[in-house]
Amino acid sequence: MSSVIKSSESEELLQALLDGRLPDERGRFGPFGGRYIPETLVPAFERLEQGVREHLPSESFQEDYARELREWVGRPTALSFAPRLSERWGTEVWIKREDLAHTGAHKINNAIGQALLAKRLGAERVIAETGAGQHGVASAAACARLGLPCRVYMGAVDIERQAPNVDRMHRLGAEVFPVESGDKTLRAAIDEALREWVSDPAGIYYLLGSAVGAHPYPYLVRELQSVIGKESREQMTRQAGGLPDAAFACVGGGSNAIGLFYPLLNDPIELIGVEAGGIGNGLGENAATLATGTPGVLQGSYSIILQDKDGNVQETQSVSAGLDYSGVGPEHALLQAVGRVKYVAASDDEALEALEELCELEGILTALETAHAYAYAKKWSVDNPVKRVLIGNSGRGDKDMPTLTKYPPRTRKHAGA
Amino acid sequence: MLAHEKISAAIRDANADGRTALVPFVTAGYPQPDEFMATLESIAGIGDVVEIGVPFSDPMADGMTIQRSSFAAIENGVTLRWIFEQLDGNHIDTPLLMMSYLNPLLAFGYEKLAERARETGVCGFIVPDLPYEESADLRAALEAQGLGLVQLVTPATPAGRRKMLAEASRGFVYAVTITGITGGDDGLPADLAGYLDAVTAASPIPVCAGFGIRAADDVRNVGRHAAGAIVGSALVEVLERGENPAEFLQSLTLAAR
Repeated sequence: MSSVIKSSESEELLQALLDGRLPDERGRFGPFGGRYIPETLVPAFERLEQGVREHLPSESFQEDYARELREWVGRPTALSFAPRLSERWGTEVWIKREDLAHTGAHKINNAIGQALLAKRLGAERVIAETGAGQHGVASAAACARLGLPCRVYMGAVDIERQAPNVDRMHRLGAEVFPVESGDKTLRAAIDEALREWVSDPAGIYYLLGSAVGAHPYPYLVRELQSVIGKESREQMTRQAGGLPDAAFACVGGGSNAIGLFYPLLNDPIELIGVEAGGIGNGLGENAATLATGTPGVLQGSYSIILQDKDGNVQETQSVSAGLDYSGVGPEHALLQAVGRVKYVAASDDEALEALEELCELEGILTALETAHAYAYAKKWSVDNPVKRVLIGNSGRGDKDMPTLTKYPPRTRKHAGA
Repeated sequence: MLAHEKISAAIRDANADGRTALVPFVTAGYPQPDEFMATLESIAGIGDVVEIGVPFSDPMADGMTIQRSSFAAIENGVTLRWIFEQLDGNHIDTPLLMMSYLNPLLAFGYEKLAERARETGVCGFIVPDLPYEESADLRAALEAQGLGLVQLVTPATPAGRRKMLAEASRGFVYAVTITGITGGDDGLPADLAGYLDAVTAASPIPVCAGFGIRAADDVRNVGRHAAGAIVGSALVEVLERGENPAEFLQSLTLAAR
């Protein structure tokens, strides 16, 4: 990333980040971020930005948000010590249990927060995109809770591989709109949601599910997801007797990772984001955006993206629909560029193996997305024995059953298998 | 005359001639790459300014027609680099414009882009995902070669911003007729006249209306309140059906008188 940030600027940007001064007033995280949107949406984004500035810090919003998190989402989520995994890995493993949050993943933290904001901004209806379906389910639930009509855009490929979540969205009263254009996954779903927003910028609230897109979304989503890191910090101190040496989270767009990492940036903790390594290192064989991508503009912000030399965005490959995305949030691009967070990849196979190990040893069926974080945390623990590690368990794997049944068990002999 | 002034002049010339300027749009290399220059020449023979669409993988402001043409062109190997190679040495007098999403331009490099554009008769750019606030670098690179960046205004744009954008625009002001994406067939909105009159009043350069202009009647309606009419998806559909683009445009020019 030396081409984007000079080393002299790097320290200054890191300090600005640590001081909470980013994004700046133009929505920039250093060179990354910004707002690249059609002119039709400019007034809508200005209203949203104004709304975020006015409501997010207000006492009344924070009270409502805290109450919903406590009484409806079920926060704080548990921090679990993992004794058998610790023994196997030769280190002390702690797990932040976002899988225990209502609807089964961290996505609900953002969805209920933004739905509260949409209500305050007088939105007539809410639209959202979804990849794995977790953000779609969370949005549908949050909108049902607040009485807002909700339509979820979902790629046709994802509709097929995440069928249980499609049914859940329907039952929660949302309309699921199949996206047949482009790559028919998350990226196409975002494109289609943006097109819909362009048709009715005044009536629609776009409930974006990750820390991506144009300003103020990366900021807004980070603020709402930071509850993960804040709780983890407090729980680690209380339950584990101290902060971890390293923290791991999976990264697609990067919302659970930024939520875990942001409140830990000032601590002496090694932070590691794990992307989807898919089936190989070639272009189109993975979704390891930060590991293999280059700077560019996709869906509203300047960040690192997977693209060819002509600037066309490349399709991705991953066993996990939630990580199957060609872009990544702009704050992660900066965290990588200034060296505060390390980004690595875990392959489909490694993730599947890690998922199985966690099930077997700790009785937790984690999401395929999350399994990537375990896969790399294990490797790291072998290289760095007898430490204390924290893993962001971003979601549960019930939704992945149709995918998992296609793969034979790796290490364990299942009864009847 | 600077390159972007050629665009304004071509539109004013049409108006002086008693016509609404016609600005056809084609996706480069669609449907067949080897027919690109022939199609372009035939369209440039009728249009007053021609827009060349650079295909992109994520055309978020476009409807199904332009998405389809864009994906097909990419599939057939059409890139910005390829388009410039085709344009090298062309004898088209009609001012050319390129419409591209930002990322292909970023990947190409702004300075090289402006140079290649000037060399090949491209007078300006329309970038639908680049709002004015993010456009300083591109404008600077284009201005250095006398090229223009066309600004878009929409029915959702407040009056103050509309004026700012009209004054910043070069070539013409692109007045988007509808709140929506390209290729709609719901017809033009009822309050179009007032909107186009307001954009024209705010603009020091000609105003061209685009989105949803599909037939002679639309050109006639728009022509009463704007200097030019942009025809995109409807023309791409003509190409898609294998029909003659020049004949289609000719049918619109009759209305433009």
